[in-house]
Amino acid sequence: MITLTIDGKEVTVEDGSTVMQACEVAGVEIPRFCYHERLSIAGNCRMCLVEQEKATKPIASCAMPAGEGMVIHTLSESVKRAREGVMEFLLINHPLDCPICDQGGECDLQDQAVAYGQGISRYQENKRAVDETYMGPLIKTVMTRCIHCTRCIRFAEEVAGVPELGALGRGEHMEITSYLEKSLSSELSGNIIDLCPVGALTSKPYAFAARSWELTNTESIDVMDAVGSAIRIDTRGNQVMRVLPRLNEAVNEEWISDKTRFAIDDLNYARLDTPWVRKRGKLQAASWTQAFGAIKKALKGVTGDALAAIVGDLQDMESMFALKDLFASLGSERVECRQDGSKIENGCRAGTLFNTGITGIEEADLLLLVGSNPRLEAPIINARILKATRHLGLRVARIGIPYDLTYPVQELGNDAALLEALRDGKHAFSEALSAAKKPMMILGQAALGRADGGAILKAAHDIAEKYGLVIGEWNGFNILHTAASRVGGLDLGLVTEGGVEGILEDAGSGKCKLVFLAGADEFDTARLKKSFVIYMGSHGDAGAEVADVILPGAAYTEKSGTYINTEGRVQQGTRANFPPGEAREDWTILRALSEVLGHTLPYDNLLELRTAMEAMLPQLESLDDNPAEDWDAFGGSGKIEVGGFGEAIENFWFTNPIARASKTMEECDVAARSEDVRTGTDG
Amino acid sequence: MIKNIIYMIKTVTLWEFVKAMTLTLKYFFRRKVTLNYPHEKGYLSPRFRGEHALRRYANGEERCIGCKLCEAICPALAITIESEPREDGSRRTTRFDIDMTKCIYCGYCEEACPVDAIVEGPNFEFATETREELMYNKERLLANGDRWEREIAQNLKADEPYR
Repeated sequence: MITLTIDGKEVTVEDGSTVMQACEVAGVEIPRFCYHERLSIAGNCRMCLVEQEKATKPIASCAMPAGEGMVIHTLSESVKRAREGVMEFLLINHPLDCPICDQGGECDLQDQAVAYGQGISRYQENKRAVDETYMGPLIKTVMTRCIHCTRCIRFAEEVAGVPELGALGRGEHMEITSYLEKSLSSELSGNIIDLCPVGALTSKPYAFAARSWELTNTESIDVMDAVGSAIRIDTRGNQVMRVLPRLNEAVNEEWISDKTRFAIDDLNYARLDTPWVRKRGKLQAASWTQAFGAIKKALKGVTGDALAAIVGDLQDMESMFALKDLFASLGSERVECRQDGSKIENGCRAGTLFNTGITGIEEADLLLLVGSNPRLEAPIINARILKATRHLGLRVARIGIPYDLTYPVQELGNDAALLEALRDGKHAFSEALSAAKKPMMILGQAALGRADGGAILKAAHDIAEKYGLVIGEWNGFNILHTAASRVGGLDLGLVTEGGVEGILEDAGSGKCKLVFLAGADEFDTARLKKSFVIYMGSHGDAGAEVADVILPGAAYTEKSGTYINTEGRVQQGTRANFPPGEAREDWTILRALSEVLGHTLPYDNLLELRTAMEAMLPQLESLDDNPAEDWDAFGGSGKIEVGGFGEAIENFWFTNPIARASKTMEECDVAARSEDVRTGTDG
Repeated sequence: MIKNIIYMIKTVTLWEFVKAMTLTLKYFFRRKVTLNYPHEKGYLSPRFRGEHALRRYANGEERCIGCKLCEAICPALAITIESEPREDGSRRTTRFDIDMTKCIYCGYCEEACPVDAIVEGPNFEFATETREELMYNKERLLANGDRWEREIAQNLKADEPYR
């Protein structure tokens, strides 16, 4: 511990702290541009200068290690002059285009120029102008505004793991560039928009759309993957304008993936905003009464065993719970949440979760990826793994398709049979697993989605027991889900014999007469043609195409939903805006439908529904908590087939109906494809 | 006694009438202060805050860049702006509405504008027969700017030394 004096106040900080950190402990604000808690220290903006007694000149507090007995002044005349001087230099080449800059109103440079600047400019000469750099369809660059803090470069290198940004030239001629004029090949690239302290890097889809002071901020939870990142939804009127990350150290730190950030541009259009009923083979707009009437008619004479429901990836727990209740009242237990055909079971909760936890990755020393591509399935978790491999000595090995995960990976090959070899201790990697102190394994949906997924789960379970992945407090067995609704669905028991495949077969053979799709689109919906299909969802995707009745539901920003992330963490989102037109919140649709069908559900508001749901699942009572689950036996029987794992996510940009309807996601896909084939000889 | 006599004399000579008529006669020969509106109009300060207008640059380019500062400062919340990138990438408004019935003519919008685009011109004769006509949109405001540009430019120039 180091004790030093800051502005006459004595503070004690940990060894290795910097003067700036000590100042923060003392409650003194130090202006800064280049310094960021989660990035390495650059010390190049010089805004954090403070005065140290017995030092000949001001010191950069972000880069100066705190020393025993240091006496620091942050309010002295020389510090004030130093800050004014640095600010004057920064502003020399910064254009005065705040009125047309999207950062205006939330700009660090603006704020600090007001707080620490001189108030007048003495600079009369010409300013520097810099050519734009193309950084893809997500990031708009105005490089003239750049103050060379290099936060974006350090983020790309250290957090995203793609060292594709850099600086050319020196001094006034320094320019930030992506070298090849291409978009950052990272799923986290949008975060450099937040990191940029000025308006050099701004959001392209959000360009000139709104001002920060016009927006209403709502704190919510992301549903684009199973990580459950904390987000802030910014709305203007009833329109979602943008999504920003919110701090949650345990989950997403302060990053979000590009899909989370940008797949929202279709929430304001391309929506199902009125009920539709199929008449003479054609879908026609209808009223709620007509839609419910059509469902009532279709249900006449249909027994419970001829009903089935499939739940989509973005559903909140409230709507899944109401759907389960409605089906139970109709005499059916057949509600399925594993629409990708995953063979995961819900018997043992520890067998369905990312038990180590996202922060737990930082403690592990060996990670085995089995049929999982965290970079596409959960970019936030991939960033954690990168952090652990860079700084905390984590080593990674993989059974699965090779893919650049931004950190070194030991390839064991892509063959499911390797799991059996590992279980029996016949593989060379067994030794490394045994030797590891805190080993962990991530089992992906590509492995569980195979026909022999149950056997793979069992083998993984056995490996976890054999190599001490589950010892005492440490649980290194992890399932990486790809759907935000999956863990919630499993907890609610939305698992059926035969899964989605069974429902599709029964629908084909005429055994299943009515299928209810709650936002479920990720399978071959054409096979449902023979049965009566009800689709409840926000976008007209594959499920709506085959539907006989469409019930317009709410997107995730339009409902206060409960979600359980892949770790088993229960989180609640908050409604940011209202559904368009006739669309309603999903559980209220089911509640209204139940009344028409004569089986009124016993809850009239969200609170009553949540109380009923908590009575069934006590884990819902503690929000944002990640409790340890008991380890037990799970997994199916059978033999593991020889053969490699496929991919759980084929196209990162199009994993759900909201992303597929998004224009920005389409542009990203096109950009990613065109860059694949670009060669040095292309213009 | 004396009071009564004075009173009597005043009554007999219709003194109040004489006094009043004298005053009238005095003003009859003075210079007129009333104006024969609308044929004559009074002097307006260059700072007069009348009907709003959106100005253009000499080359015809609209000045407004959609920064929304006027919308932000408007105490009556009379201004509504929406903006997006124009084809050439510049920031422009797609919608610039002023509800003239809400406007309190404080002139803050003019003060806030970094490019002198929104101004309150010298025109005060824009009474309408219906309320709807007072909901100004961008076309109307630009048309105002085109119509009044000469006067507005003169006024801005006249006021410049005091800014």
